[in-house]
Amino acid sequence: METEIGVITSHCYQCGKCTAGCPLNEDMDIKPNQVLRMLQAEVPGYEDKLLGSLSIWLCLACDTCYSRCPQEVKLSQVMDFLRQESVRRNKVNPKAKDILSFHKAFLETIEKNGKLNEVWLTLNYKLKTLNMMQDVNKAPSMFLKGKLNPIPSRVKNVSEIEKIFKRVSENEGGNK
Amino acid sequence: MKVGFYPGCSLEGSSKEYSKSLFAVAKICGITLREIEDWSCCGATAAHNLNHDLAIALPARTIALAEKQGFEQIVIPCAACYGRLAAAQQAILGDESILARTQKNIDMELTGKVQLLTIFEFLQQYIFPVADKHIVNKLNQKTACYYGCLLARPKDLTKLEHPENPMEMEKAMEKAGASPIDWAFKTECCGAGFSMSRTDLVAKLSGKILEDAADRGAESIVVACPMCHSNLDLRRPEIKKQLKKDINIPVLFITQALGLSMGIPACDLGLDKHFVPTEKAVSCIVKKEA
Repeated sequence: METEIGVITSHCYQCGKCTAGCPLNEDMDIKPNQVLRMLQAEVPGYEDKLLGSLSIWLCLACDTCYSRCPQEVKLSQVMDFLRQESVRRNKVNPKAKDILSFHKAFLETIEKNGKLNEVWLTLNYKLKTLNMMQDVNKAPSMFLKGKLNPIPSRVKNVSEIEKIFKRVSENEGGNK
Repeated sequence: MKVGFYPGCSLEGSSKEYSKSLFAVAKICGITLREIEDWSCCGATAAHNLNHDLAIALPARTIALAEKQGFEQIVIPCAACYGRLAAAQQAILGDESILARTQKNIDMELTGKVQLLTIFEFLQQYIFPVADKHIVNKLNQKTACYYGCLLARPKDLTKLEHPENPMEMEKAMEKAGASPIDWAFKTECCGAGFSMSRTDLVAKLSGKILEDAADRGAESIVVACPMCHSNLDLRRPEIKKQLKKDINIPVLFITQALGLSMGIPACDLGLDKHFVPTEKAVSCIVKKEA
């Protein structure tokens, strides 16, 4: 991993500032400093534990950990890598299903339009999660305030965007 | 003076008022913003969570368009879009192989040398030098300046002197005649992109932010990020349920607050588009003494 993303996890000396500052540490099954410790120690089975954890999906990429890290370990980049590996190896924690569905619905909307349309995103997310009733009470007032555009605004030539998606998926998402 | 403008998706949808108020303030100050033609989404959280190359290619397409259209500088008011464009720029400028791969992925020429401005840098360069002569009102209220994550971190991208205790917004609000409060949550995360997928966590995190602002007597909260705004404004009913109390502090975009100090009518700043009523903040305003 270190060679792939250029983050040297061995620099971490376990001071715990990342976990102390993490806004969602109490909701995480593996705390941020423990994620780094597991990557350092490589105790058998650590990969499955990390890739199947809820923590990697709860990480908001707020970068509080990195900005306070005395060793400047970019934990947010480690988390990006672990999420991508978790999807690739089919290890996503069942409790993270809605979070992943949201990300997928988001990217599908971009692939089709080049821009995000909040109506399309919401419908796509609801179809994926079957949370059909969520936020329905917000739609009328959002619409009246002109915050929802039922007709998506798109880039001129959507095939340009589709091709970008195709090329990066051929490279297996980079991950590097 | 013409500056490039990247609205990003939120400023065309749920945060139209951020764009509207930015244009209103720029107009009074004689600055013309020109939108990058045919821009696309920055990829946001979803792209960097799921596909590293896509997270660079999507913002890079917009940067390449800006270069082709001859812009030297572009302002990116959305903190999240700014973070993605700046991260992509850092990646392509820092590694020639990433630059080459990205050019291939987007099938466009790209140098990555266009200057990206945060909303603070734009205000600093273009608005503040002429603001004083346009400010006719005093906001006359205690305000909590809320930065959230992406305006403060990571510091190599946001270019802030003090990422743990930034003062850029406070300086702007003092100019507008408000009294910024000292508080504990100005760079804490609001829950960001979990608005739909984990609304419970957004209510928890945004609830703490709102409660601290209220406890310290804030009469308004000023933000510069569409996600922070929507989590603190649109998600207020969920926050109220979480806190089990009613906090009605309105949330203004920094450009709306500046616009009010310049005497721009509330409707021209999109204050009618908020879910938490803004009348209380507007009613505090007094004429500035000559």
